[in-house]
Amino acid sequence: MSQGNESMNESEKNIGGTESVLLNLGPQHPSTHGVFRLRTLLDGEEVVDVEPILGYLHRGSSKLAEERSYTQIITLTDRLDYLAGMSNNLAYISALEKLTDVEPPERARYLRVIMVELMRIASHLMGIGFLINDLGAWITPLMHMFREREKILDLFEMVCGARITFSYMRLGGVSHDLPEGFEKSIAEFLDDFEKKIEEYENLLLGNEIILSRMVGVAPLAGERAINCSITGPNLRASGVDWDLRKQDPYEIYDQLDFSVPLGENGDNWDRMVVRIEEMKESVHILRQCMDKLPQGPYRADTDFFVRPPEGEAYGMVEAPKGELGFYLVSDGSIAPYRMGIRSPSFINLTVLRELCVGWKLADIIVNFGTLDINVGEVDR
Amino acid sequence: MTLELSRQYVVSLLTKHFEDVIDLDTEKHLYIKAENLHDVCLIFKDEPEFKMDMLRYLDCVDYIDHFELRYALLSLSNNQSLTFKVRLWGRDDPEVASVVDVWEGANLQEREIYDLMGIGFINHPNMKRIFLWEGFPGHPLRKDFL
Repeated sequence: MSQGNESMNESEKNIGGTESVLLNLGPQHPSTHGVFRLRTLLDGEEVVDVEPILGYLHRGSSKLAEERSYTQIITLTDRLDYLAGMSNNLAYISALEKLTDVEPPERARYLRVIMVELMRIASHLMGIGFLINDLGAWITPLMHMFREREKILDLFEMVCGARITFSYMRLGGVSHDLPEGFEKSIAEFLDDFEKKIEEYENLLLGNEIILSRMVGVAPLAGERAINCSITGPNLRASGVDWDLRKQDPYEIYDQLDFSVPLGENGDNWDRMVVRIEEMKESVHILRQCMDKLPQGPYRADTDFFVRPPEGEAYGMVEAPKGELGFYLVSDGSIAPYRMGIRSPSFINLTVLRELCVGWKLADIIVNFGTLDINVGEVDR
Repeated sequence: MTLELSRQYVVSLLTKHFEDVIDLDTEKHLYIKAENLHDVCLIFKDEPEFKMDMLRYLDCVDYIDHFELRYALLSLSNNQSLTFKVRLWGRDDPEVASVVDVWEGANLQEREIYDLMGIGFINHPNMKRIFLWEGFPGHPLRKDFL
């Protein structure tokens, strides 16, 4: 089970008397969704070993955070998983609020959940869209997904003026209240999107090529997934009922009614279907939030420069890719002494080698796609 | 809600299995002796009271005179969590046992800490840098870097 070079060298020498081929997939490769390299050892078309080589996008977010005030760090978190900025903001703020004991007002909690669930839809759309793109359905399905994501980004732009780097969550609330006309826009989007999900299902779930390349390919057992610290849709696809929104509810998730979609075998198919089902649940959550949205302040009164007491806190949310956590250590100054990031994309890569070995070269792309990693978050 | 196991409870259960593994027991944190880390982790994983089947998060903080590793464990079956720490003294090549054979999820996390903090993990299957290249001078997340 080692992810090692040693095993690679050994197998390089002798595979049943035939010569093996070492293939570099990436760093510039369209299916890696960023700069990410896979050192692959092949016996014919069969994969013998895979070693992910990371770090091409390493920016040292943790080190940068040690030089910035707590409010400034919010902008760093946007740039981790750049397809899910809102979730990153919320994870960081939840750690900071644990550290400072600030309670956001009720309306802010609802606004946060609305934005995070919209973000989940947008992120899953991209995950599935690029996956189908890699499968050979060139661009068209991806553009269908992009079309819906654009509408979500428009909603975000209405709310906070930004489309990717939001910095929307603040200590004790959010940066802006909902603008006029937002309720109408989001209602229109949700009505439209429900039909669009049906359309996706009609297009994708019966497609013979997609079925034959995904059903039963690269299964991951639940126990194995837990042991490898896999979280998020990838864990749930293996049939493990674990969602922080249910098991350890934060914000207002305990007042909402939603179910957690589960897969059975943890194969590529399950990993994709779980994401589609999760989007449906997110629509359901969004409708409830818009119905229940209370009036009142959207932000507690806090200082720009916060000085949390000495101590440490770990805050986490169920981000679209898995459990995203921030570990903050404060020494009482305006900047954290240490900021650790539990990045789901990075830790989910633990299982990549296991998923790929024994399958064909072409399956690597699919297995890698269904893991749905984001290199901005892997390298940090 | 995930139940955070209290320090007293963990200590009382640990004393059933070991005589002397607690390094320090402060008001907030529980410190395990570095040399007993691997044995304690096995108990945490296998004993039914704990059943910590996932290594949730592993992190390290540089306190100049010592490093602190923080192990956050999670039990999905019992919905409970546990956090403990390990102190490593000295700045030249501090080392501690790897827990990859207990939780495979430690694999990449330990490599990250080795790369950025310079802590070696004994018996790790592939102990080499992960983000930076071999030969990079120093370990960037240490407080004395730059």
